[in-house]
Amino acid sequence: MIPARALRRGKSRLMVVLMAIAVVVAVLPLFLILGSLIVRGASSLSLSFFLSRPAPAGEVGGGVAHAISGTLMIVGMAAAAGIPIGVAAGLYASEFRETRLATITRFVADVLNGTPSIVVGILAWTWVVATQRHFSALAGSFALAVLMVPMVMRTTEELVRLVPDSLREAALALGYTRWRTTLVVVLRTALPGIVTGSLLAVARIAGETAPLLFTALGSEYFSFDPDRPMAALPLVVYKYATGPYPEWHKLAWTASLVLILVVLALSIAARIATRQRFERS
Amino acid sequence: MTEPTVRLRTEGLSAMYGDFRAVQDVTLEFPANRVHALIGPSGCGKSTFLRTLNRMHETIPGATIGGRVLLDGRDVYARDVSPIHLRRRVGMVFQKPTPFPFLSIADNVSAGLVLDRSLSKARIAEVVERSLHRAALWDEVKDRLGESAMGLSGGQQQRLCIARSIAPEPNVILLDEPTASLDPQGTQRIEELVFELKEEFTIVIVTHNLQQAARVSDTTSFFYLGTMVEHGATKQIFTAPREPRTEAYITGRFG
Repeated sequence: MIPARALRRGKSRLMVVLMAIAVVVAVLPLFLILGSLIVRGASSLSLSFFLSRPAPAGEVGGGVAHAISGTLMIVGMAAAAGIPIGVAAGLYASEFRETRLATITRFVADVLNGTPSIVVGILAWTWVVATQRHFSALAGSFALAVLMVPMVMRTTEELVRLVPDSLREAALALGYTRWRTTLVVVLRTALPGIVTGSLLAVARIAGETAPLLFTALGSEYFSFDPDRPMAALPLVVYKYATGPYPEWHKLAWTASLVLILVVLALSIAARIATRQRFERS
Repeated sequence: MTEPTVRLRTEGLSAMYGDFRAVQDVTLEFPANRVHALIGPSGCGKSTFLRTLNRMHETIPGATIGGRVLLDGRDVYARDVSPIHLRRRVGMVFQKPTPFPFLSIADNVSAGLVLDRSLSKARIAEVVERSLHRAALWDEVKDRLGESAMGLSGGQQQRLCIARSIAPEPNVILLDEPTASLDPQGTQRIEELVFELKEEFTIVIVTHNLQQAARVSDTTSFFYLGTMVEHGATKQIFTAPREPRTEAYITGRFG
């Protein structure tokens, strides 16, 4: 018979190994994606790829500068609308959580979070594109903002809920009004987490393709007019990846890599901008 | 010695959470520049009573009060008194230190001051330094006023909270078990501080620590099951209590 101690240790070791395998399985896809993007995309990466428009079909070279600026603009407009609305709704749902409106808002946000993005694209098409009778970057931003609001709202709500009540009480006891307590103390305490949550939302919508297909449409040219069709990196990837030319396939890989780099750069920039600044002595 | 003026008085004060009556019909007087201790077993209503004095009780949904609280003779629950302004005159320090994590040490102290927009930056800096001196924290933090308050020890954080609550020059300071989460050293420093602060403020302290009540307070009230059982000079309460229940509690037979 195996002694109880050896059996216990054996079980413990088995569980540790199983968990380690689970970690590897969970993390592996990320490295596979990054790895293949770098292997297949990095070779075409050059300065001109960031700075120039696409070359005519069949020609070598060209870039996706128009799609980088397009993605920044479409996502930027979506974030400018979606983050404030999401944060405000999240604050409300958390600070006034017993109210009926908060319960309804929470339910609607959950449903919206589970709605396929292409459905939101159709909504944007019906409301914006069909009524204006033309495709536009603004319609794309609208669709992305609709996707963002419930994500930002739910993370804000969770994080605001984590702010200890003792801090709210301390602020009220100093003579802060309720709104000042909420905006200054509660929001500031939760801010680092809200920034991270908003960045995750930005990263997710930056890669959305379906809602842009029939809203922003895509373009071969530089455009900074929100009222006209605009290029975006996911649309470029989609077009090049499904196109007939081998050069296009290579460009699709490179554009994918650029998309990830853009999201990464945005994350780092926002982190630095909102870092808590205290003097060091 | 002349009888000091009564700074704070309650008349038939009751406090409810919904239908539950946590404090019943308490009438008490707190003369100025004295330390008053509220003692009693957990759930006896002493903290709830404390929170009615700066109208923090009513921030809890369903909480109501009956009776009156008079600060310098004026009912703080009168219609024309705003709880916001009242709380600037009646400061409060809680059981756990509550520095604001996003503010530096100096900005924590001035957190209540900045509500008064008429104060200049130089004046605020002056008051911050003075408050830290009075809270016996200046020497420990003078070289790192711009750093996060979260780097301080628990005892230092609690003294920071005291500095924050005295900076706007309140008349009364309410201390709700201020040493409950501190080690013996930190506790001793707070007790010494309370003794010094009564020169300028009227202090009401809730404590579970009977020795602490005996050490720092001039008068003591014993609360039990929501009622105020006995009130008197601290010395009398601890050496010759009139009520059998007070005697049972201070000799450790219950609570």
